[in-house]
Amino acid sequence: MNKLGKILSNINRQVIYLLVFLVVALPMILGIKAKVTVTEPVRKAYEFIDSLPPGSFILIGIDYGPSTFPEMNPMLYALLRHAFKKNLKVGILALQNAVNIPIGSQVLRAVAKEYGKKYGIDYVNLGYKPGWDAVIVSIGREIRDVFPEDAFGTPLDSLPITRNIHNYDDIALVIDLASGGTWASWIQFAQARFGVPVIIGVTAVMGPESYPYLQSGQIKGLIAGLKGAAEYETLIHHPYLGVRGMPAQSGVHILIILLIFVGNIGYLLQKRSKT
Amino acid sequence: MTSVIGTWLAAFFTLAIFSFLYKDNPFYKVAEHLYVGISAAFWLIYVWSFTVYPLLVKPMIKNGLQGENLLLLIPFIFSIMMLFRLIPNYGWISRWPMAFTVGLGAGLGLTGAIQGILFPQMRATVLDLWLKNNPLGTLNNWLLIVGVITTIFYFFFSQEHKGAFGKIARVGIAFIMISFGASFGFTVMARVSILIGRVGFLLGDWLHLIK
Amino acid sequence: MRKEIPFLISALTAMFAVLAFFIPHKPFGGLQQKMLVWYSVVTGVAMLIGVESLLNNHYKRIRRRENILYSSFLIFGFLITFVLGVYSIRKYGDAFAPNSPFMFIFNYAEVPLQSTMFALLAFFIASAAYRAMKIRTVEASLLLAAAVIVMLGRVPAGAQLWSGMPKFAEWIMEIPNLAAQRGILIGVALGSVGMSLRIILGIEKPYLR
Repeated sequence: MNKLGKILSNINRQVIYLLVFLVVALPMILGIKAKVTVTEPVRKAYEFIDSLPPGSFILIGIDYGPSTFPEMNPMLYALLRHAFKKNLKVGILALQNAVNIPIGSQVLRAVAKEYGKKYGIDYVNLGYKPGWDAVIVSIGREIRDVFPEDAFGTPLDSLPITRNIHNYDDIALVIDLASGGTWASWIQFAQARFGVPVIIGVTAVMGPESYPYLQSGQIKGLIAGLKGAAEYETLIHHPYLGVRGMPAQSGVHILIILLIFVGNIGYLLQKRSKT
Repeated sequence: MTSVIGTWLAAFFTLAIFSFLYKDNPFYKVAEHLYVGISAAFWLIYVWSFTVYPLLVKPMIKNGLQGENLLLLIPFIFSIMMLFRLIPNYGWISRWPMAFTVGLGAGLGLTGAIQGILFPQMRATVLDLWLKNNPLGTLNNWLLIVGVITTIFYFFFSQEHKGAFGKIARVGIAFIMISFGASFGFTVMARVSILIGRVGFLLGDWLHLIK
Repeated sequence: MRKEIPFLISALTAMFAVLAFFIPHKPFGGLQQKMLVWYSVVTGVAMLIGVESLLNNHYKRIRRRENILYSSFLIFGFLITFVLGVYSIRKYGDAFAPNSPFMFIFNYAEVPLQSTMFALLAFFIASAAYRAMKIRTVEASLLLAAAVIVMLGRVPAGAQLWSGMPKFAEWIMEIPNLAAQRGILIGVALGSVGMSLRIILGIEKPYLR
């Protein structure tokens, strides 16, 4: 018993690493598919966006870093597809880091092309602005105080999409896709002070701490991690990167649970043989 | 051509970092040190391009120190004072700009924490203790209220966790442990997602084994 | 005066920021926005100190002939990125122009290195879970149970094992997890308020360290 317990408790870590790699790689190579169940926080986000009348202007914050692209880009794709399907007007900006904007605008251009949307009429890139809280509060007075022009130097008054956008009264929704703390600033300064609806998309690590804001009504919906993106893709009936990642995700979770189970069996066997 | 070279470079760096899983080795150390050096220079260029130049240098060069631009002297002087931290006997001069940043952070934090977190979260905890024809909803509300209060009790360290206080704190620990377990689950998800991204890059963009 | 003036600056700035919250009109509102921009500039310049410290440290190591190879790579990585950044600014007007050499370094060196560093954690978390998550105490068992249920509930395989798993996992997130997180949030907010007041009143002076 003790011997078996020792074996089960001492699996070589390189073996574990190899198993993790295989469990991630094999579903990708074999093209395994998985069905995704939708949870309430993502459904709330979807239903809120779905309820917006066509022509409503939504602002999307691209506030995630390159290391979180695999988790966050699928969210952006799904949200933009939904927005364009609903004929909403989309503006993107970045508060956390300027390098996020090129990736965000790349995704925006690609999805806009899918739906035949035109720059300046259906979507706009406001670019990056440092100052974080200052920017969020300034938009509440007049967006031109911080964004007099778009990312390409065109005055906002020259673009049909932004001609009548002045502050949060003209913005139907703010969506912040964040891997840092910008989502908390949007809630604290935009939602709390100006009452603009906010939906957040965050990395899975930040998911659990965002739930209080959903229950308190400070956010209208929550999309957390790759699974959240997969759920949103399921709701818009457009499976993409999120859904594709689910088999690998499933595999690793099952592997970790099995390892925990095996480790505990080993621990209990050793404990019993000692007593 | 550059994207082919770039892909191979990225693949080399990815495998060099992954080689740490076998054991610490020169390839990993080289990649790690390169990463630190490249990051430092990247952030330096970034801060210049998006903060110092557009917010301070460009307005001063373009419009001089007239009118509202005169106020730009304050961040300019503070920035110079901050750099005195590099000179051993004159480091105390950097206390002024640091006091400014600390003070501004404190002032904003005070109002932001109260209006943005404290009041809405406390308001959201005031729930109905009895929901007609909804026993599960009633139970959930009770659990929420008890959980919030007992968690706050646990973090009150000025009082020793003994007797009735200690028992309440123990209930709080139970909720905290469940929350940490949930956080662990989500953290696993997050890390695996990034791994999926890297493996996808190696198998797709580099080796073309997947679409 | 070396201690009094910084305290005055800190206290007055903090009080101004609080006042601007209640009086958002001119001059308070506008000046607060300006101060937040100055904050970005000053903290940006503070980065230089960190970079100098890093380079100085590794330069000293090379001079002491310890860790020569790796410290040289660090300084090499810094120099090549910095030089390409300056070159890109001169040639393209913007270091972050899509086809600039600086963005090449960012896309094919910085991003893969950073992403892979984070991806390593997936392996370590699996190994750590196997070794550390044992049902030693009641609290540890609760943590383990919650982790297993949430991990199963968040993936399609969980729904296939038991159709109620996703709902159960979601209940854990929406009730016990939410309660604890809210308790922690309220605690953190109260701590933040307390710390801000201590700074305003001069009881706490972190800028003097």
